[in-house]
Amino acid sequence: MLSRARLLLLPLAPLAVLPLASCGALVDAPSSSAAATDGASGGGADAAVAVNATDSACEVAETDLPGGVTTFSITNAGSQVTEVYVYDGDRIVTEKENIGPGTSYDLTVDLTEGQYQVACKPGMVGDGIRQTVAVTGGSSELTAAEQTAVDAYRAYVQQQADATVPLVQQLRDAVAAGDRTTAQSLYAPSRVGWESVEPVAESFGDLDPRMDVREADLEAGQQFTGWHRLEKALWTGEDLAAVVPVADQLLLDVQELSQRVPNAAITPTSIGNGAKELLDEVATGKITGEEEAFSHTDLVDFKGNVDGAQEAFAVLTPVVQQNDPQLVTELTAQFAAVQAALAPYADASTPGGYASYDTVTEDQRRELARVVDALSEPLSQLGAAAAGQV
Amino acid sequence: MTGVSRRGLFAALGSGAVAGGLVAAGVATADRSGASAAASSGSGSARVVPFHGEHQAGVATDVQANLHFAAFDVTATSRDELVSLLQDWTAAAVALTAGREVGDGGASGGAPLAPPSDTGEAVDLHANRLTLTVGAGPSLFDDRFGLAAARPAALVDIPAFPADALVPERSDGDLCVQACADDPQVAVHAIRTLTRLAAGRAAVRWAQLGYGRAATVDPSAPTPRNLFGFKDGTANPAASDTATLDAQVWVQQGDDDAAGGAGAWMAGGSYLVARRIRMHIETWDRTSLQEQEQVIGRTKAAGAPLGHAGEHDAFDPRSLPASSHVRLAHPETNGGAQMLRRGYNFTDGTDGLGHLDAGLFFLAYQRDPRTAFIPVQTALARQDALSEYLEHTGSGVWAVFPGVPDGGYLGQQLLST
Repeated sequence: MLSRARLLLLPLAPLAVLPLASCGALVDAPSSSAAATDGASGGGADAAVAVNATDSACEVAETDLPGGVTTFSITNAGSQVTEVYVYDGDRIVTEKENIGPGTSYDLTVDLTEGQYQVACKPGMVGDGIRQTVAVTGGSSELTAAEQTAVDAYRAYVQQQADATVPLVQQLRDAVAAGDRTTAQSLYAPSRVGWESVEPVAESFGDLDPRMDVREADLEAGQQFTGWHRLEKALWTGEDLAAVVPVADQLLLDVQELSQRVPNAAITPTSIGNGAKELLDEVATGKITGEEEAFSHTDLVDFKGNVDGAQEAFAVLTPVVQQNDPQLVTELTAQFAAVQAALAPYADASTPGGYASYDTVTEDQRRELARVVDALSEPLSQLGAAAAGQV
Repeated sequence: MTGVSRRGLFAALGSGAVAGGLVAAGVATADRSGASAAASSGSGSARVVPFHGEHQAGVATDVQANLHFAAFDVTATSRDELVSLLQDWTAAAVALTAGREVGDGGASGGAPLAPPSDTGEAVDLHANRLTLTVGAGPSLFDDRFGLAAARPAALVDIPAFPADALVPERSDGDLCVQACADDPQVAVHAIRTLTRLAAGRAAVRWAQLGYGRAATVDPSAPTPRNLFGFKDGTANPAASDTATLDAQVWVQQGDDDAAGGAGAWMAGGSYLVARRIRMHIETWDRTSLQEQEQVIGRTKAAGAPLGHAGEHDAFDPRSLPASSHVRLAHPETNGGAQMLRRGYNFTDGTDGLGHLDAGLFFLAYQRDPRTAFIPVQTALARQDALSEYLEHTGSGVWAVFPGVPDGGYLGQQLLST
């Protein structure tokens, strides 16, 4: 019998302090939660690290930290609203925006060995005032099973990214040739790889806004580029010559993605959280039909998201099987239920292999939403389970 | 159900040692005092209405200020899963109605890498007299869970009435949960929590928020007004009037014997009829005072029956206009049938034409809808002058489970048979 009572079952404190392998995984914890430090394990920092953010300084109380779960206790002592980022090179590890003057916020993050920068951005503009932080230890403690999971997932992400390059090349060529029909048929398939590994791609903060932004989500002054710019041009009869530069840039971006995968920060927890984020994408973007507003190929993305999440679960299964076998049983059943719910929409006669979403009725969308919810609730526990916090 | 999770669940919520599906024996002998309708402990926002008792709370409980009502479709595929859902809901309801956070870590004490077990928006809001009242609709009694033979004869499908404008997306449901509290956020938190717990086993079919209690079971309190500006629920049974409650509201032992006893498990329960009644506020507001009073059958200011001075004056319903609402709905016009009304006003924004999408979310508890709601509504739908201003847009009927004894679970009387 599967228990869906999972949210009531979390023990007060971590059951056992397993060698905490997770690194780079993010938790945005509400302020002054005692649990934020309870959860520290595996050599992580025991106490919160104070960050005093003012209009002209970003004082981090300790700059040499042990690896593991670390809580930055941020106090905005300045006169402006501020935001605090933790960077690993150009990668955003975690961030908290909108910290008002005189207020505090606890930002919990799981840090592996390496150099980081804590940046305070008074007024929430610019590169911020930066403080370098060195983290030692904590990253070499992956168990063999955890290392296997990370390696397997990285290989999967690499494979998906690599496979996307020639598909985008073909799409670009069709756009450049002004061949609308061919380009339309190549559009959805070119996105599947991206959709299956999107959380990793999003961890490179600059790529996602260029490659996958939706027109409705543009900020003032932001260029509309990437797949959805091409989608709009392809389905609204625009002159394709005008978007050839967009297609050229998209090709460069997928090539860059493929090159950056080896440097992506991947941990058991980030894999688990990424699976959850993929289902979030389904729930907020695909079920509603907002993702592919012109092409209506949402179900192709949906399938990519679910397959990517299922792969993440598959590589983590040996790890989670030890920590939380019940979760494995439940997720196995719920992934199967979602795949079964998607199956009737498979349509080999369409380029992406799935029915156009504008043919899916409201009742059918509700049924899809229900199976997605049934999977997403237990899936939200996967990141913690991968870190031994069950 | 695995023993581990069950033990973990109940231990987490502090409801005492319970395992598997026992305790059925305790049902019939539950201490009645525990169900005493108006009993609550604590003061102010900390007031707690006891969850356990012979009857579920939230029926003959002093009507709270706010409502969040939700109807669920059960998506579970086995009876065991349905039982596990109701057990989990019971454990959560015990915590929620006591004003406690759900789950081991609550809102912020759990593992930092996992989502909190309690969603947190009711932290510091206390119990606020939260009650959670759960029932089973006719659709639950099919072959999915082997319950077809246990469908009580009184749980009939509500027939179509003239001028019904029912929307399927606002009607029916395998299960219903009525959450009432004196703080709206407490009620919303409760439904949100039960919905989250139900993932994979049940999904919300429709829901309704209500405010401004449109009825009372406390004769000493002023009778509340509905959105037409009239007092509503003057003749409601009092929570203290146990004789009337037993005669009109609670299902009694032996009620279902004539029908072969299919519903014998319902003793101590009640039947709930919900109707989402859209009111055409704007046209009503253009109606003269005299016309309004003739339509209702009471005065607007005092709520007195027409021709009388006081709201509670004795009157002969036949003295009121033939098509007036109070005359047609009066027990004497309906063979003595009376319902415990527990409705709430609702305002769901506008209808897109600049008119309020507002009205009465009618909730009525009764011993048998065949002799209460159905004949009353049949008469009203045909003759009630008020119908011109009303549109029934949603409907449902549920067998509200008998009360839960300590250590038992919601619906156990049905599911342990």
